[in-house]
Amino acid sequence: MKSDLFKSIKITFVFCAIFAIFALILWAFAHTFSPNKGQVEVVTLRGKIVGADNVGQSFSKDIYFWGRPSAAGYQADASAGSNKGPANASYLKEVNARIGTFIQHHPYLKRSEVPAEMVTASASGLDPDITPESAAVQIKRVAKARGLSEEAVEKIVEKHIEKPLFGLFGPAKVNVLKLNVALDKLTVHS
Amino acid sequence: MNTELLGNALQIVLMVALSYPLGKYIAKVYKGEKNFMDFMAPVERWIYKLSGIDPTEEMGWKRFLKIFLTLNLFWFVWAMILLVTQKWLPLNPDGNPSQRPDLAFNTAASFIANCNLQDYSGENGMTYFTQLFTVMLFQFVSAAAGMAAMAGVLKAIAAKTTKTIGNFWYYLVRSVTRILLPLSLVVGLFFIVQGMPMTFQGKMHLKTLEGQEQVISQGPVAAIVSIKQLGTNGGGFFGVNSAHPLENPNYLTNIVECVSILLIPMALIVALGFYLKKQKLSFIIFGVMLFAFLVSAGINVHEEMKGNPRITALGISQHHGAMEGKEIRLGAGGTALWSSATTVTSNGSVNGMHDSLMPLTGAVTLLNMQINAWFGGVGVGFLNYYAFIIIAVFISGMMIGRTPEFLGKKVEAREMKIATLIVLLHPLLILLGTAISSFIFVHSPALVAKEGGWLGNPGYHGLSEMFYQFTSSAANNGSGFAGLGANTPFWNYAAGLVILFGRFFPIIGTVAIAGLLAEKKFIPSSSGTLEIDTVTFGVMTFAVIFIIAALSFFPAHALSTLAEYLSI
Repeated sequence: MKSDLFKSIKITFVFCAIFAIFALILWAFAHTFSPNKGQVEVVTLRGKIVGADNVGQSFSKDIYFWGRPSAAGYQADASAGSNKGPANASYLKEVNARIGTFIQHHPYLKRSEVPAEMVTASASGLDPDITPESAAVQIKRVAKARGLSEEAVEKIVEKHIEKPLFGLFGPAKVNVLKLNVALDKLTVHS
Repeated sequence: MNTELLGNALQIVLMVALSYPLGKYIAKVYKGEKNFMDFMAPVERWIYKLSGIDPTEEMGWKRFLKIFLTLNLFWFVWAMILLVTQKWLPLNPDGNPSQRPDLAFNTAASFIANCNLQDYSGENGMTYFTQLFTVMLFQFVSAAAGMAAMAGVLKAIAAKTTKTIGNFWYYLVRSVTRILLPLSLVVGLFFIVQGMPMTFQGKMHLKTLEGQEQVISQGPVAAIVSIKQLGTNGGGFFGVNSAHPLENPNYLTNIVECVSILLIPMALIVALGFYLKKQKLSFIIFGVMLFAFLVSAGINVHEEMKGNPRITALGISQHHGAMEGKEIRLGAGGTALWSSATTVTSNGSVNGMHDSLMPLTGAVTLLNMQINAWFGGVGVGFLNYYAFIIIAVFISGMMIGRTPEFLGKKVEAREMKIATLIVLLHPLLILLGTAISSFIFVHSPALVAKEGGWLGNPGYHGLSEMFYQFTSSAANNGSGFAGLGANTPFWNYAAGLVILFGRFFPIIGTVAIAGLLAEKKFIPSSSGTLEIDTVTFGVMTFAVIFIIAALSFFPAHALSTLAEYLSI
């Protein structure tokens, strides 16, 4: 028992050394080859960092496309889902209230046109994307707020639709931050 | 054709296709035959030398288990010490606090047991030091320990009559150096290319487009996520696991992560065929497991892509399925497949919130863990299936009036008793735990209120949350219905104990059965022998497993998941 214990202790330290080397190899690789030296990749607008390209952020102004509801309030140091069960009555009331708010801001929409993903919270609370449909229903509002034609905004949205992998696998999506940055590049708003 | 379904099909094809060559290779690794990773031999010699280990010592099953347990005892102490002192240790750029003793107990138990249930949230409950030297360390070595146990059992089954089952250290070290480490390196490098962070810098502070402050947690993510997926671990770097856009940046990483969940568990069944030179047996076991996985995945994908009927009733458009607790880049279908993959194995990582799954999906994920033998945890999944095989051999033997035999060894009362105890321990832990917690919830509201109220949802779903927590712990899975506020003394200790029982008794029991059978006289097969590498016996084993699980757990499901399903 005693000698086995010593062997156990020794081999654990040896393993720690090996795994430390493993982590260092990955770190060195990331430091050398990844765009931001292994740190979170950022998006800039006119030389200023305005967010991480793969971390959702909160949008509430009419000039921007909005992301999905977040149980974490888009705090990227405290990711969280709502963890609400599908039949939870108070949760369904909350969703219903979100539908009301969404229609209020998009009065041109019929209730049956409100996409469910815009009124249900994401898993991480940091979902960077929306579906192409969710972007489409917001075009009219954004165009109006920016004084642009709907066609102009639609064009930018279409350019930002990321197709499924190889056109075949998985869902299509639109990165909300990148889309909004593209709009801001077009026109300056304060 | 729907691209989400195509994506799911691709993932299933990839895992099955890749598991075959990997399994063939794993058999060589455990047999000690020549293979292309032989350049690791000097590293292995160095490990043995520094640790004072003789890798050629042949061990009996008792000695084999004694070392396994001693090693785990030390690991537990190591994890406890690091977790309660992490605040003062290096690599803590965010100044995260140490864990309370009850939380550290749960975390230590969970990680040495390859369970990875997390009652803390990665962003603030760990430091980079403990992420590396408890989380990552145990994600490697606990997986390797499970695989070593299986390797010992394989050696025992393969031998005609033997008193020894190989060397525990030898299997442990080779599992790390020749299987887990190289695969993790390849997968980790791929993740970095795909934009997963790998840094020792602390949180990133920035101003968003609308001018708000945003603080982004990051760290050595890629190093942990690769082994997390490959070693049926599942303990995420971030609180929301692989649903986090930095822990699973895009659909391609999602494919690699989901395939990694099942890759080694599947390959180990293939390895069994090559190791024992019984390809047909391995195909039949693989077939039974794959069938169960496909059925469970089919139900989950259907349920989640169909959407939540209560949301449909609100009169809005639900084309993309039930998206509460899911991510756009992964889709409802992608999360549904993952929910099945992560519960047929004991992985427990998630790419969506299981608490928000549809009731039937919740029931299927629970049932997968309650059976805990469809592929299962690396190594231990087969061991659980092995216990069921012993029972199936015995029952079939009784049914057709032949002596129960398993590959030339008579199965007698002693082995049967152990197998039965292992199989019944699992429902006992889960149902007793759920019963006790429900009792406390009803009868001691003051205690529950003091612990923050426990449940995140009312009614049937609340019971499901407690049921899920004990199921996940006993199965060493580690996923959760995270609405349950589980970071409390009651849940930390209760789940921690269940994790330890659920890990160690089945391993001790199955290694003992294999060791005991190996010592017996070999009986050459004759016309009177029950053939176990037949489809009939495969169906028989499936039936035994399903009946035991269904019968033990059905009443609890009727009150939780099924009640919710019928009322939604």
